[in-house]
Amino acid sequence: MLEARGIIFAYKGHKVLDAVHADVERGEVVSVVGPNGAGKSTLIKCIAAIHKPQEGAVRIDGKDPLVLSRREVAKQLAYLPQSLLCRFPVSVFETVLSGRRPYFSWRPSRKDVEKVEQIIEALALSPLATRDMDQLSGGQRQKVLLARVLVQDTSYLLLDEPNAGLDLRHQLEILETVAALAREKETGVLMALHDLNLAARFSHRILMIHRGRIIAEGTPFEVITGERIREVYGVEAQVTRSNGHLNVHVLRCAGEDPQTPAHGL
Amino acid sequence: MTGGCATLRDRGAQAATRARPATGRAAHRQVEGRSLFLLLMALLLVGAMAIGLCVGASGISTADVLLALVRDTGRTHDIVWMLRLPRILMAALVGFGLGLAGSVFQVVLRNPLASPFTLGVGSAAGFGAVTVIIFFSPGHHLIGVAVGAFVFSLLSAAVMIAVARMKQASSETMILTGIALMFLFSALTSLFQYMGTMQQVHEIVFWFFGSLSRAGWREVGLAAAMILSPFPPLLRAAWDFNILIHGDESAASLGVHPKRLRMWAVAAASLITAGAICFTGVIGFVGLVAPHITRMIIGSDHRFLMPGSGLMGGLILVVADTVARTAWSPQVIPIGIVSSFIGVPFFAFLLLKRTREYW
Repeated sequence: MLEARGIIFAYKGHKVLDAVHADVERGEVVSVVGPNGAGKSTLIKCIAAIHKPQEGAVRIDGKDPLVLSRREVAKQLAYLPQSLLCRFPVSVFETVLSGRRPYFSWRPSRKDVEKVEQIIEALALSPLATRDMDQLSGGQRQKVLLARVLVQDTSYLLLDEPNAGLDLRHQLEILETVAALAREKETGVLMALHDLNLAARFSHRILMIHRGRIIAEGTPFEVITGERIREVYGVEAQVTRSNGHLNVHVLRCAGEDPQTPAHGL
Repeated sequence: MTGGCATLRDRGAQAATRARPATGRAAHRQVEGRSLFLLLMALLLVGAMAIGLCVGASGISTADVLLALVRDTGRTHDIVWMLRLPRILMAALVGFGLGLAGSVFQVVLRNPLASPFTLGVGSAAGFGAVTVIIFFSPGHHLIGVAVGAFVFSLLSAAVMIAVARMKQASSETMILTGIALMFLFSALTSLFQYMGTMQQVHEIVFWFFGSLSRAGWREVGLAAAMILSPFPPLLRAAWDFNILIHGDESAASLGVHPKRLRMWAVAAASLITAGAICFTGVIGFVGLVAPHITRMIIGSDHRFLMPGSGLMGGLILVVADTVARTAWSPQVIPIGIVSSFIGVPFFAFLLLKRTREYW
């Protein structure tokens, strides 16, 4: 189990996360939802040991990532950042191969290369393998980055808005791949998502985060309600259920923007 | 949760059944191509050095040069062993060092504009040399000038690292710090030039042109130690550099300590820079351009890019030096000028026809 307990993270005196708990079992997909600036990305970075929380602890199958070497952590836990830089020409193959970095030091082994080949094939990226990253569309690039965290071969996966800015097809492709991974390889997935419909459809559980606190946790049906959407997002929405799917139908803005701090955070 | 597409395992298995997928073959060819490129560059460098050894103002024949290499033939022996050989080795070393340092600065700061000179390390070294020339005027010694250059280049690197520590080491901060340092040290150098005597001003100007004429064996040895000793640890970190390209956070998630890596890599590259320029003056262009030329040809895998940039830098300088010595013989044009004349058109050509396909 991947768990975070009582995470408190402040940035320049501003509390971004206030005693946040989160946990993911292997094979489970958990989505963190909430408005911009609620602390979704920060939570994921704290768990990925990129930010060091002021208080609280993270445990990967009971082990403290701050005690393990970074490389050991990288074999347990993969992280897909919201965006990646590419100022210099790097090919798709090289980018994916760099996900095997925790396993080799100088020369990637035969097995490393085979893994990369398999994932590239599985995500239908073969025609792009020798292209440079900066020649790809946003959707293709995101698939490459997903391929990179997949070859890292970890028990847990942290994704920070993996489908931001992608078209419908690519959004679904990414999330279906993630779902398949959880199902087949028992990977535990924790991801920040904006789209409540997709979050509901692809997650076993949902954490709703607002102003640095978890305000609701449970199955999609338990967490995503019209009332909460109004409270957290300041939006009037209709939540319906059809064919076992949850549907959020957004209507209009309601009242004040709940993000504007009422009495200074 | 419903997700219905062909499963990962299915597709992965299909891929595995094929003997060697196309992607793997292509990638394999890339690696082979790059190794070949390194070999080719090494051969070209050695060839250029050999040609450089055989031509020069004194008009010694190739046969005599070869003879002088193995046997004491008096004057010819002295020219080959005391003048040409150390000079050519120095050109190769300095070019190698600047190219290597440039590639390291560029990747750790994730900035294609980074180079030993745009970061202020070069200007600081220049200022150090000028300080020694001015203050130890009549009796100043080559080694003294070199030490001055070295101390100040390390000082500027130390300032950069200190600032980076305080400001969390973002690449923008470091570039801005470098540019500020460059202006500071240029201003100080100008001040000294303004105050110096005719003779001093002449020396300073000469140093700033960049010259290999002061290279003797002692200088070559010291430069080699400073340039080559940081190379193995840098090369060992090649994969960490490859990962750093995509940003600090993603590097951290793959087991790299971005800040720690940046600190020591900058220090190592500064040492190389100091070694490269303290005996030769400002030969600026190579450090910026050699990594770019190499990257355009073989891409950004630092296992190949770092040695490749070094070899490319060495080749440019050796060729430039040979041209500098022979074009207007017996006049020797300062190498800083010639290396720019040779490097810039080549660079412009590559920049304009950039349709880089992998090998």
